[in-house]
Amino acid sequence: MSTENLASRKDRMEPRLSAQDLTLGYERRTVSEGLTVDIPDGSFTVIVGPNACGKSTLLRALSRLLRPQAGQVVLDGRSIADLHTKEAARRIGLLPQSAIAPDGITVADLVARGRYPHQTLFRGRGHDDERAVEAAMLATAVDELAEVHVDELSGGQRQRVWVAMALAQETPILLLDEPTTYLDIAHQIELLDLFSTLHDQGSTLVAVLHDLNHAARYATHLIAMKDGKVVAEGPPSDIVTAELVEEVFGLRCLVIPDPETGTPLVVPRRAERPGR
Amino acid sequence: MTALRPSTGLVTRRGPSRGTVTAVVLGLLLALLALVAMGLGDYPLGPVEVLRALVSDQGFDTVVVTEWRLPRVLAALVFGAALGVSGALFQSLTRNPLGSPDVIGFSTGSFTGVLVFTIIFGGSTLGTTGGAIVGGLATALVVYLLAYRRGIQGFRLIVVGIAVTAMLHSFNVWLLLQVQTEVAMSASIWAAGTLSLVGWERLLPAAVMLAVLVPVVLGVAGPLRQLELGDDAAAAHGVRVEPARLVILVVGVSLTAIVTATTGPIAFVALAAPQVARRIARSAGLPLGHAALVGAMLLLAADVVAQHLLPTALPVGVVTVVLGGIYLLNLLVREARRAA
Repeated sequence: MSTENLASRKDRMEPRLSAQDLTLGYERRTVSEGLTVDIPDGSFTVIVGPNACGKSTLLRALSRLLRPQAGQVVLDGRSIADLHTKEAARRIGLLPQSAIAPDGITVADLVARGRYPHQTLFRGRGHDDERAVEAAMLATAVDELAEVHVDELSGGQRQRVWVAMALAQETPILLLDEPTTYLDIAHQIELLDLFSTLHDQGSTLVAVLHDLNHAARYATHLIAMKDGKVVAEGPPSDIVTAELVEEVFGLRCLVIPDPETGTPLVVPRRAERPGR
Repeated sequence: MTALRPSTGLVTRRGPSRGTVTAVVLGLLLALLALVAMGLGDYPLGPVEVLRALVSDQGFDTVVVTEWRLPRVLAALVFGAALGVSGALFQSLTRNPLGSPDVIGFSTGSFTGVLVFTIIFGGSTLGTTGGAIVGGLATALVVYLLAYRRGIQGFRLIVVGIAVTAMLHSFNVWLLLQVQTEVAMSASIWAAGTLSLVGWERLLPAAVMLAVLVPVVLGVAGPLRQLELGDDAAAAHGVRVEPARLVILVVGVSLTAIVTATTGPIAFVALAAPQVARRIARSAGLPLGHAALVGAMLLLAADVVAQHLLPTALPVGVVTVVLGGIYLLNLLVREARRAA
């Protein structure tokens, strides 16, 4: 789908997933108020912002892990809270930050657990499940590891297995909560390239990322948040400027075209130190 | 997503899985042990004679086997299986091999209930059964509420359970010192945990109640496997986390409550069966079916030891407590080493 096409589609109808006038928080601490966000269909949306700006909280609300104190998350024209949880899980997948691999589980078994929303009590694992699990393992290049125990894998491999579990869920929309944290740079890029491929194949992706340069390079739609509010949103090349970075992160920087991709590249300025 | 290559057979495994094979082997061993157990006693019978007495009327042999020995052996199998499943549910839920109904205070609470009911209603069967169920459930509820804080966390549940157990235990000791000797005696017989008082008339109602719980156990097995992945992943896969956890807890407590009310507290089975089962099945997580089989095996074996192999016949609860103590010590030492 070309960008023009996408834009005209966006004018015509509501996106599949949006947050409307959300108030989000934990117990008495409110993180966001009046937060409204659209996730463009077919986009690779990346949410960025300083620590504690509410970006992970927004993602938790979009994935219905966190119930909004006010407002609603709308999926396909209905409040996500009204959807049966398994029905919602067939449309939105999530790569959570803290998933636990049970002791002694093999890669194939763990990936197969992503099929849960497609299974019922009386209809257990079927052909569709096997096909989806194999496809997910091939896409993430962990098919060779199918019978290996997850505890024996390296950090990068393990993260790919978690991605495979989320892919096996076969949802049109996939949310990724800081998927590259704790990985070395090569594995970060490897994973982001994988997401990029998935996006090219038609998935709508929403990721929270820490690295602004990764976000600017891979996102088709960027949402910059600060203090629980959206400060700017749009294609990275339109919105990533030195002023925005200073406003959101409080960092003085240069923004130059990335020599490799032409996307905005943020280069921090040297701090002014007295006595130099 | 990806272009579909022909099936690589990565997921499809040929032939029966290890899980199925080990389950069948366990089942056969269990049947054999049951036949042997029914032959033991003052009137010894061989396994073949036992089998013959079961399937056709062999006069006195059939009376001995079906009226005297079969209920007790069946009780060991059914109650052992229930305790094994109950332990697997608790340990999965708390993600801790120490998470068993005994450890979080169920048995001690049952004993309190039995003592209180015996004081009020006298030492009737109804008094012990009702007291055990009410006491155990009330304790479980108190532990759950005290441990509740935006949902239930496994570790908090265990720590609160241990604290409540300690308090109830002192309370029980105090009660035993206050009441008349006969009350203390009758309550103490129950508290030892024995299968020797279980005949058909006590086995059947308990077995029916346990059978009612079987579909519920099958229903929570799926959500249970998802909860092992962590709350966020389970929720992302469409599990309603807190309701699922509450149902699992209620089923786990009910299984133990039914057994405890009939036999008195039997330690160790719920604690050890799930872990042994996991090692046998080499599965991820704690397999419920294997836990049931291993639980049945452990309780039947312990009862055979208690009844026949010791110089004096002892209540099975005494044997399992001794085994459980050794097992728990071993578990604690290993956990402590791993943490160090």
